[in-house]
Amino acid sequence: MYANPNSIINPSLWPNGPAPGCFFNFPGNGVTPSTSNGGIITRTQSPVTTGTSILGIIFDGGVMLAGDMLGSYGSMAKFRSIERIIKVNNSTVLGATGDIADFQHLQAIIEQKVIDEDCADDGFTLKPKALHTWLTRVLYNRRSKFDPLWNTFLVAGIEDGEPYLGCVDKIGTAFSDSKIATGYGAHIALPLMREALEKKPQMTKEEARALLINCLRVLFYRDCRALNKHQIATITNEGVTIENNIQLDTNWEVANFVVGYE
Amino acid sequence: MASTKVVNLPNGGFSFENCQRNNFMSNQGFPAPKAVKTGTTIAGFIFKDGVILGADTRATEGNIVADKNCFKLHYMAPNIYCAGAGTAADLEMTTLQMSSQLELHRLNTGRQVKVATANRLLKQMLFRYQGHIGAALVLGGIDSSGPHVCCIYPHGSTDTLPFVAMGSGSLAAMAFLESGWKPNMELSEAKVLMRNAICGGIFNDLMSGSHVDLCVITREKAEMIRPFEVANVKGERQGSYRYPRGCTATLSTRVIPIEIESTVVRPVGEESMDTA
Repeated sequence: MYANPNSIINPSLWPNGPAPGCFFNFPGNGVTPSTSNGGIITRTQSPVTTGTSILGIIFDGGVMLAGDMLGSYGSMAKFRSIERIIKVNNSTVLGATGDIADFQHLQAIIEQKVIDEDCADDGFTLKPKALHTWLTRVLYNRRSKFDPLWNTFLVAGIEDGEPYLGCVDKIGTAFSDSKIATGYGAHIALPLMREALEKKPQMTKEEARALLINCLRVLFYRDCRALNKHQIATITNEGVTIENNIQLDTNWEVANFVVGYE
Repeated sequence: MASTKVVNLPNGGFSFENCQRNNFMSNQGFPAPKAVKTGTTIAGFIFKDGVILGADTRATEGNIVADKNCFKLHYMAPNIYCAGAGTAADLEMTTLQMSSQLELHRLNTGRQVKVATANRLLKQMLFRYQGHIGAALVLGGIDSSGPHVCCIYPHGSTDTLPFVAMGSGSLAAMAFLESGWKPNMELSEAKVLMRNAICGGIFNDLMSGSHVDLCVITREKAEMIRPFEVANVKGERQGSYRYPRGCTATLSTRVIPIEIESTVVRPVGEESMDTA
């Protein structure tokens, strides 16, 4: 095991044993790279290709999700046409922030689920709350094994005629609300969404769309990992529509006022 | 004739003597006490007639609210005010020292102080301390070259922009400013936008709260509006457990007056100051 760095000040109770006041890594836990595996870490440590915020809002008659189409490779804007919002079935839509590989892995599993359901042909289809609960179980389980799927998911849909919007993050924290934003959107877009919904709790579809587009614009100004190209998904009783490749109009006139650093 | 150095640069800079000892102590399990921070939402922007600065009024000490109604808009000069985020003590002392220096400068030159002067003095001081003075400032004022708003970071960098926000609630405030700012706003619109920006921070950031303070600086005057909006009112008590007079019946009354027998006046001599 590794030497206790504080062993001079806090001597361990026995060699390679616990030192009072310090964390103790119990031997045989497998969390630290063990020599049997050649010292290789086989658990997720950090995401590679990531997606930034997804915004979701419930309006009068449905739910709307919006997010940009960027997969960032660290600080490089590498993949500029990634669909981070996918249609699950005619009443459910899933959006993901975080590692794209983990999202695509789950996407394949969910698509297979839908196919199996089609084949069963028993009249039952996957409902948004059910998908949300299933995702929570999967993510919490992975986190408990110290190998999380590094994503925050947004599940949106119509459940028994009522719009539903739920969120799960990589450690399994799940909740549902009438307005949710993941990633940087939680700091930047959520205040705007909360204020708009306080003024008018039952928005129309057009108002919700305008609000989300405004939030996406502010995110493009202030989030370094955002892109100008978006997806907007609308789920109503009539069905699901996902619009891709929506460009934003941005106003850079402020630049005329900025001269120097003083 | 002799030109005196107005700004007295201290010798030797920051003393790092105690840092090693502090590090050792915190490793031993005796961390330094948490500073009172102002975990804040502050913002400033330029409107048609001048500059408007806004701040919330919560000061935090770790996760506890230390001051429910603290004052974050500091006076620098009659035409320059400064909103501060970061460590409360650092902000208070920095702005007090700076306003003294600016007053001396004003008397020395005989002219209205320029915002760029305050900016330079602040950034030169903060850079000298390499970020150990936790002061993040939004400096705003109006001078002969027009209205200016700049944000000054603890390490000494500055940005002069049309609208800025600093502090833990800055992302929320900036979201509102980005959505709503346009050049040449009227005063009434500007006040509403600033109120929205600070309230965005108050309601969405845990480290900001209580009320909204505003400062409007125009060519004629600087107007301090404190509070501009009482955003969080303490709940009214709905009832009282006090028993009204007359609830308890009086069985009997006996009054015993205290009689003054004699009055003695004894003068105490002037004590010398205790200089022990």
